Amino acid sequence: MSVQGQKSTLKIRRGVAGETPRFEIYDVPFEHGASVLDGLRWLRINEDPSIAVRYSCINANACKECMIQVDGETVYACTARLEPREMTLTPLPNKTLIRDLVTEIAPPSERFK
Amino acid sequence: MITDPIQIATDVLVIGSGAAGMYAAIEASRNGAQVLLADRSLIGRGGATVMAQMTVAVALGEEAPDDPQFHYANTIAAGRGLCDEKLAHLLCNDGPECIREMDHWGVGWARKDGHITATTAPGHDRPRCVYVDFLNTGPAVSKTLRMASARNPNIRKAGDLCIVDLVVSDGECIGAVAYHLGTGAPVLIAAKATVLATGGLTRLYARNSASTNMGGDGYALALRAGAALIDMEFVQFFPIGHLAPRLVGMDPIMWDPFRYKLGGQLLNGRMEEFTARYGSDEDGKYVLTRDLATYAITQEVEAGRGSPHGGAYLSFQHCTEAQLRDAFGPVIDRLAANGIDLTKMPVEVAPIAHYHMGGVKADATMATGVPGLYAAGEVVGGANGANRLSGNAVTEALVFGRRAGRSAAERCRRVAAPVPRMQDAKTALDLIEDDGARGSAGNTAAAIADLQTVMTKEVGPFRTAATLNRALSRLAAITTEHGSNPAGERGSFDMRRLDWFDLRNMLTVAHTVTQCALNRTESRGAHQREDFPQMSPQWQLRQRVTMHYGKLAISTEPAAAQAIAS
Repeated sequence: MSVQGQKSTLKIRRGVAGETPRFEIYDVPFEHGASVLDGLRWLRINEDPSIAVRYSCINANACKECMIQVDGETVYACTARLEPREMTLTPLPNKTLIRDLVTEIAPPSERFK
Repeated sequence: MITDPIQIATDVLVIGSGAAGMYAAIEASRNGAQVLLADRSLIGRGGATVMAQMTVAVALGEEAPDDPQFHYANTIAAGRGLCDEKLAHLLCNDGPECIREMDHWGVGWARKDGHITATTAPGHDRPRCVYVDFLNTGPAVSKTLRMASARNPNIRKAGDLCIVDLVVSDGECIGAVAYHLGTGAPVLIAAKATVLATGGLTRLYARNSASTNMGGDGYALALRAGAALIDMEFVQFFPIGHLAPRLVGMDPIMWDPFRYKLGGQLLNGRMEEFTARYGSDEDGKYVLTRDLATYAITQEVEAGRGSPHGGAYLSFQHCTEAQLRDAFGPVIDRLAANGIDLTKMPVEVAPIAHYHMGGVKADATMATGVPGLYAAGEVVGGANGANRLSGNAVTEALVFGRRAGRSAAERCRRVAAPVPRMQDAKTALDLIEDDGARGSAGNTAAAIADLQTVMTKEVGPFRTAATLNRALSRLAAITTEHGSNPAGERGSFDMRRLDWFDLRNMLTVAHTVTQCALNRTESRGAHQREDFPQMSPQWQLRQRVTMHYGKLAISTEPAAAQAIAS
């Protein structure tokens, strides 16, 4: 349920490999129980569809594709809770960056080569 | 700048790496073929299989005496007269072998007293549904097949590879055109045989129980390649998908196994039991079939007796903490982390798009009407008729996947390696190479959300001519806005471009489902027309859809009379 007036501020690192990374700041409505991925999906639909984030299962924590860092901690975006404050979202630091929050997380034998 | 596509040649191309695709890849390689296993997401992670928290129907006869013929009889009865009998036979007859092979590969089917234990899901006449504790069936099936294929040097894997179109030359499928999400590079794949294992279409609906890559792309690929689809109007809604309170880290269909083990009470907004009014008194047991439960919940909501978020309550308050922990162990902690204590509160549930009975028409060898093109798993239409029996989805993924892999390998021994001509791949390559300058400036993610809203509101489990016609006109408007030139840019992981290619397929499939639903002026199984509430003997027919020069053509073919559930 949306809490009147409350919002989460997502500070998202953008850019592709080789570019100087930049941060873009977006507000999303805060809802109790919502996940960081819910916030990212809301942003893509309502603000900026070019924000790149990898996910398949949306909510079940089954696909394990949505690993990112929130405030420097590695989390699954689908289970990390949105909070009514500024949250900094960055790609995994130890994986090759593809774009924005998307990194190369597949084992080498399962990548297209 | 036009770049030459990366060219790959393989014996068998498998598109999709859920259970059907992975089993197809393993079986094709066992039969001597080199395989390319492609997925638009990561290998073995997306799709529906990994989300299947429930059970797998198979006549092993370990929990109670059983035989595939009894499983078959239940499957046919659930299908309301429209099952493709050859496919249903294959599913039931080959199920035990596949389940035992999965056991051999270490999937870990739950055991009791030394045998694989089974539960009785609604619609089955005996305990027949095997599972992996706790709510781990799908992840365990995915992981097992992923490991079994990882050990195989003849299966090359390619994640992040989005198939744009199949390549058809002189009427035969000889591969596919794709682009690599990571780089945006075009890829031309030559294959002696191609297996579509792309799953269903649940992503067309706002509330669904599958992954984001289940947008019906296989149906659209098949149509454009000249293959036929059948039964497209039959979308199964899972009646008790989680609705509220907000729950993260769990699949919304999680309440089904709870009901198998613990019963549970379905209550309306006034805390009254209501399913008896719709012809099925539960009496503490879980016997209510999916179509009836969906109907009952929707009717209560429409009559103003829904739960606060527009569904029904599901209560396990009759259970003690110890019973809950015994049955679901760590899941109870995950619920607690979400603030849910089942001993103290009911949850809210509502129907959610779950599975699609229709799909690509295939024979019992999984061959489509297009030589070189095979289908496996949920993308195949017909085995489950107008309503799928609980537990048959993973079984069909395994059985059809294995059969398709074998057929594809057999074809490889008969045909020479194809050499695709650039002209056969030009349309798809041009789309991939497009610089995006002429693409729609609209929000691609919002366009997908629009389509999902239309389908949910107008083409849900209950339809009328009015809702379906409204849907057709809204879909036409989204199609116009979508345009024929890709949005976004070439290059690495532009999600606007991925959305555009997804929407291209979703629009075709949504249109197909809606038109078939409008044509079928009766109610049967998962297709319920409020303006034609009775099942009609005149509709003992299947609708067959093909595409000619971009236009859909729908014809009917008779379905043999079958024993129908009362």
